[in-house]
Amino acid sequence: MDGLDSAVAILAGAIRAGTPLVFAALGELVTEKSGVLNLGVEGMMLIGAVAGFITTVATGDPYLGILAAMIAGAALSLVFGFLSLTLLTNQVATGLALTIFGIGLSAFLGINYVGTPINGLKPLAIPLLSDIPVLGPVLFTHDVLIYASFFLIATVSILLYRTRAGLILRAVGESHAAAHAIGYPVVLIRYLAVMFGGACAGLAGAYLSLVYTPQWAENMTAGRGWIALALVVFATWQPGRVMAGAYLFGGITIMGLHVQALGFEISSHLVATLPYLATIVVLAVISRDATKIRLNAPASLGTPFHPAA
Amino acid sequence: MQLRLEPRAVTSSAMQYASPLIAAGMTVIAGVLLFGALGTDPISALYMFFIRPLTSVYGVSEWLLKATPLLLCALGLMVGFRANVWNIGAEGQLTFGAICGGGVALAFWGNEGVWTLPLMLVAGALGGMAWGAIPAFLKNHFNANEILTSLMLTYVAVQVLGYLVHGPWRSPEGFNFPETRMFGDAAQLTPLVDGTRLHSGIFIALLALAAVWIFLSKSFLGFKVSVAGQAPAAAAYAGFSRKGIVWLSLLLSGALAGLAGIIEVAGTIQQLQSVISPGYGFAAIIVAFLGRLHPFGILMASLLMSLMYLGGESLQMNLNLPLAVTGVFQGLLLFFVLGSDVLIRYRVRLVRDDERKAGA
Repeated sequence: MDGLDSAVAILAGAIRAGTPLVFAALGELVTEKSGVLNLGVEGMMLIGAVAGFITTVATGDPYLGILAAMIAGAALSLVFGFLSLTLLTNQVATGLALTIFGIGLSAFLGINYVGTPINGLKPLAIPLLSDIPVLGPVLFTHDVLIYASFFLIATVSILLYRTRAGLILRAVGESHAAAHAIGYPVVLIRYLAVMFGGACAGLAGAYLSLVYTPQWAENMTAGRGWIALALVVFATWQPGRVMAGAYLFGGITIMGLHVQALGFEISSHLVATLPYLATIVVLAVISRDATKIRLNAPASLGTPFHPAA
Repeated sequence: MQLRLEPRAVTSSAMQYASPLIAAGMTVIAGVLLFGALGTDPISALYMFFIRPLTSVYGVSEWLLKATPLLLCALGLMVGFRANVWNIGAEGQLTFGAICGGGVALAFWGNEGVWTLPLMLVAGALGGMAWGAIPAFLKNHFNANEILTSLMLTYVAVQVLGYLVHGPWRSPEGFNFPETRMFGDAAQLTPLVDGTRLHSGIFIALLALAAVWIFLSKSFLGFKVSVAGQAPAAAAYAGFSRKGIVWLSLLLSGALAGLAGIIEVAGTIQQLQSVISPGYGFAAIIVAFLGRLHPFGILMASLLMSLMYLGGESLQMNLNLPLAVTGVFQGLLLFFVLGSDVLIRYRVRLVRDDERKAGA
């Protein structure tokens, strides 16, 4: 029974550690499906984390914090949108700029909040469902945001593949010229997709600063935004696989801690390299099949669109 | 009213030079607004940021000191960026170079000779090169995106450094601080001017600048790099090896970043610590773009970026503003650089609504 208990703890922990990745990667997936590559996920997450934290400190209400984080993430993504969609700048460089700016601005805004304690979001066990053996404690004893992430995965899958709006979004991402010729507002659709990605990244940041480790620290995302970008490739742009990948990475993140807790003498620094090394390995394995990547990646990903050109 | 971009028939050469200046000017304007919003007198803040650091010999020496790693890293990145190879892990390559070169200094601690410093520099460059070789290998043989792999390796390198200075390499006399022994005298780049920290690393960086400039402008391989970036189809048709370009870009930028790392620890810090760079490897990305991917542009840009680091410190000391202001300015600068570059390829026009309808 002890083994089962710790397995349940590991699985539940993997879901918690993977949830910020779910949010950020789902948002980026939608952005990329519209043909836009936004490498600014890390920066938008940090802005979301700091905005959510400050709002929660100011109002005492973590739900307002979550809302503020989404708004802040979306607002920052608009900067990326204006540069890359309106001014047609290089998307790779602009995304990098967004991350650098987000790291700087979040550190600047959060300077007086380092070490401030807050009441983070509390877990909320779902009655009846949480009583199911094994599955109950793994899936249904979490905080509201994790349930929201389950809901978001389902919503994004349905929206993308079962609705007309999703079809248009994917058409824009596959061939902006064709979508433009049919009369779809390519740039507007891309703006919306970018903002959705920004809001999701902000939410991911809020999850970190309000739930996962309820505090603000400079650079607290620690590369999760980049891991989320790798996850989208890993998932070959499919929402369901994003979830699987995110929990896998969540599992790797907490695995090190469990190994240490078992009494193995491993440097915490070396344990901390695991998620990054895993990302590299997984990315290499998945990308190896170049044809598969080409078939699944939106065809006009990363290319600017100018109606007159 | 609507903003409309009209493609230029030929790229504007005037704008090639003007756009970095426009970007720098807009960053200053943004700075005025930012300081105003913070309730700080913008004029004195700008003075503290841009002028004050350069009013003393020590200030100027620090300016050149901080420009050194930026220049080295950005020169390497430039070669890759020209060929659309996106190494954004210069920070990691810098760190790993510092680890390898610093390891040499520690291995021969107490037995140094005139050979120690050259050996450290070589080890640093090779270490950075090895760290850059990983994304190149993964890109060429596994099709893995070099942006993501090079960045992930940055986190790995920083953690490895943390492990070493907290563990096996921690100084026996260091009262448990996470740092190694001070390097021996013969393993240090000593100050050029008494009372400053400026060391001969700046000359190494200038040599690298000359070498990279000659390589790009005079060698056939350098020509291939530019063609690979500007006209990939032509490069493929001419039979230029894409894999070769990827190897070249990442090995060269890795080596230069590694050199920057060992120069930083052998000269400026003189030991290994858990943090050895305030993000030089990332700031170098901005430097490369601000310098318009040209060696001499990058020289200017690295001086400006170095001044921004000093300016941030000056604001912190004199006006009690947080050091993070530097990061905000860096991000803004890159936004403005990228935004201004649009003027090179497009003419911007404001179109009135009635005109739009007439045109439609």
